[in-house]
Amino acid sequence: MANDLVRPEQFFLNRFGMNESGLERILGNALERKADYADLYFEYRSAEGLGLEESMVNHTNKSVSHGVGVRVCAEDRTGYAYSDEVTFDRMRIAAEAARAIADSRSEAHPAVQVGGAVQKHRLYDLESSPLDVPIEERAKLLREIDELARAYDPRVRNVMASFSAERKIVMIVNSEGRVAADMQPLCRLNVTVIAEDEKGRQVGSFGGGGRVEWSYFLDQDRWKHYTREAARQAIVNLDAVDAPAGEMVVVLGNGWPGILLHEAIGHGLEGDFNRKGVSAFSGRIGQSVASPLCTVIDDGTIANRRGSLNVDDEGTPTSRTVLIEKGILRGYLQDRLNARLMKTEPTGNGRRESFAHVPMPRMTNTFMLSGESTPEEIIGSVKRGLYAVNFGGGQVDITNGKFVFSASEAYLIEDGKATRPVKGATLIGNGPDVLTRVSMVANDLALDSGVGTCGKDGQSVPVGVGLPTIKIDGITVGGTRA
Amino acid sequence: MAQVDAALAEWALGVAKRHGATAAEVLCVSAESLAAGVRLGEVEKLKSSRERRLGIRVFVGQASANASTAELERDGLEDFVAHTVGLARLTAADPHAGLPDASLHPASFPELDLADDHSGIIDADTALAIARKAEHAALAADPRIKNSEGAEFDSGRYYIMFANSNGFAGTYEGTSFNLGVAPIAQSDDGAMQNGYWYTANRHFSKLDDAEAVGAIAAKRALRRLGSRKIKTNRVPIVFDPDMAAGLIRSIAGAASGPSLYKGASFLLGKLGEQIASPLVTIYDDGTMKGAMGSKPFDGEGLATNRKSLVERGVLKTYLLDSYSARKLKLQPTGNATRSVGDSPSVGTTNLYLEPGTHSPQEIIASVKHGLYVTELIGFGVNGVTGDYSRGAGGMWIENGELTYPVQEITIAGNLKEMFKSIEMIGNDLRWRSSTVSPTLKIAEMMIAGE
Repeated sequence: MANDLVRPEQFFLNRFGMNESGLERILGNALERKADYADLYFEYRSAEGLGLEESMVNHTNKSVSHGVGVRVCAEDRTGYAYSDEVTFDRMRIAAEAARAIADSRSEAHPAVQVGGAVQKHRLYDLESSPLDVPIEERAKLLREIDELARAYDPRVRNVMASFSAERKIVMIVNSEGRVAADMQPLCRLNVTVIAEDEKGRQVGSFGGGGRVEWSYFLDQDRWKHYTREAARQAIVNLDAVDAPAGEMVVVLGNGWPGILLHEAIGHGLEGDFNRKGVSAFSGRIGQSVASPLCTVIDDGTIANRRGSLNVDDEGTPTSRTVLIEKGILRGYLQDRLNARLMKTEPTGNGRRESFAHVPMPRMTNTFMLSGESTPEEIIGSVKRGLYAVNFGGGQVDITNGKFVFSASEAYLIEDGKATRPVKGATLIGNGPDVLTRVSMVANDLALDSGVGTCGKDGQSVPVGVGLPTIKIDGITVGGTRA
Repeated sequence: MAQVDAALAEWALGVAKRHGATAAEVLCVSAESLAAGVRLGEVEKLKSSRERRLGIRVFVGQASANASTAELERDGLEDFVAHTVGLARLTAADPHAGLPDASLHPASFPELDLADDHSGIIDADTALAIARKAEHAALAADPRIKNSEGAEFDSGRYYIMFANSNGFAGTYEGTSFNLGVAPIAQSDDGAMQNGYWYTANRHFSKLDDAEAVGAIAAKRALRRLGSRKIKTNRVPIVFDPDMAAGLIRSIAGAASGPSLYKGASFLLGKLGEQIASPLVTIYDDGTMKGAMGSKPFDGEGLATNRKSLVERGVLKTYLLDSYSARKLKLQPTGNATRSVGDSPSVGTTNLYLEPGTHSPQEIIASVKHGLYVTELIGFGVNGVTGDYSRGAGGMWIENGELTYPVQEITIAGNLKEMFKSIEMIGNDLRWRSSTVSPTLKIAEMMIAGE
């Protein structure tokens, strides 16, 4: 196994006998009707997880999955078939099913010659995988987290901690003969704390990770930071008062609150929605969609990040795409199909959850660049408002542009000072409008700690977000207090 | 249908024992499906799939480990099982872990009519024709329907085999058929709204008519045109059946064993107490013939059943697998769910709020100023505290009549109070999914808007 990993290009040949002539034959099958493009996506994923509850590491699991997807594209039609048996026989059946979307043709299909390797990034060449760390060592860390969280405050009642790691080997071979293979490690450490006092119970959670080694969690005592953050949030929320309701000035803290960009802007700029003209941002390239303080980037090339990839799931190297530059809408996120139909270039954003899924334009790491204010100036400028520093999930309706994201830690701002903590509340706004209300951007851009997962059309993929502290002059806060 | 060899489970249980497991269980799932999508009348996608997976849980005393694999060849599987036993040896012994008591396994299974043996997987041409018909009906409904995210018809068949070292072994098969359509309406000012509607059933012949599905989807998109924000205010809220079903789901989540023993539920310690208005009775019934959430046995091989979760507002039971039952010193309730390679968790089967006597029109007519909620977005439900704050949309009610569409607002409250202040329940229960509710009215919630 270890040797296989050195060259992901060789893995599917060694393991499943996927030789070049066989691949050429299958791609030939796929192109037998009048298709523009075909590709094969091979995936071999091993994953392990362990979990602690009530001070016991009592949960372990391990999974191995593999499979191959055959895709045929003809104009704007996509045929897709997959199988978890990686054999040429199964792939031929899949190719026959997938090519059904293409019209028949009389002339012979063009011969495919497999061989050209894609130049990919090297964003996560790890010395070792967390999967190779003895499980005892991983379990020991979870027990230490439990102790640290319980020592944080006597009101801590329960601690849940989990560590999950995966190693995905992928290979994409397309009808242009290009081959891209990659080994994609990913891991995540999570801590959830439940605190209780006479007023009630509250929960706090924090975690992080990325395409990193086990030592990442020990460096700079990151695991301690995660643990204390989870405990701190639970304790802070014990004293939370009802959140205010209505439109008000909201200051978003740096880092994870970047989920605002993901929901309000990012999804609406995905190529598929814009090709079909169903996004609130359709046809708006070159127009002003944000205050001039806002520059928003999607960048899949940041080393070791959860949202980064050497190549996307169609074999295109990832890139840095400027979505909004000083308030002006500049670009969409593209996969191959939508780029071809919109007569532009793919941006390396064609992603999929697994071999059982068709690729779509998806975000990688989406963030806003720093501005010139300081966070203190921003909070100091607000007479009455909300300072939201941690969030749960969010969602968007890309067609009407309405988005929500839910604060899990927030404070009232009164006369320029963050004061009492308030209960979680959902913030709702309109994507094409919300960034026009950004009136201050701080100099403290931070990326999130590596926990984001994005869902679209039933597919989950890991992503990152980032934000400097920003001030939004009006957004609706869904509290209960008038 | 690629069924999993029944002897494979027996063999894998034997391998686990040979490598030192004291107990084990095996779950095999095999599934195939075909999805066909059209957009603006043209074929957009065809997707066919075929998967088989095997999951195993092994115990060494009271320590356990889970594993799953797609490699079903016996050679590779032997090593895999052996490794899983090794993993269990490294896991902490948990005094509450273990298979269910052997005496609890049912001796026979009910016939639940889960599979449509007549129709099978619907071929691509037929599936495309149905999707096209539904989308066409939506596009033809009104000149303001100007675009579409398409229509999709899916059919699938799955086969499940579960066996454990108590001597339990059971299998069942199921089918599902689903048609969804998503047209887009556009007003003169260019603003767009989508509308989505679907029909789903285990039997092909019981699906709603494709044209009717398309027409409803169009209506749903059209009625959202011209949506406005409303003022921040505290008013009565009427939830349409789909949105009400989400509330019922939240109660079930908070009543589930794992949330309770972790102390992560607002229903902790509430068994036998009044948690909702006396109008509220909620059933969980895994034995309804042909229903989406039915199954002959749960994820641990225990019989599913019919029970009231809430009866006239009183919480009658928690929902438990055998682990959470032991933790809480109660009996398992036949609500273990299982995905291949994971420990059992807890879920509902067919969960529904018992219908009341009012028509939805009567309920709306009872509201002087309030909101009829037809959409909710986001994840703002805190199961630990019951705090509820979600993005919402719907129709403003004025003097008992639906007036204009509303969007970009939130509704907020706390589930504990919301359930106690349910004032009216509709008579309009329809089975479209495994969790359903009639229309319901909550006395008051906070709307945040302008």
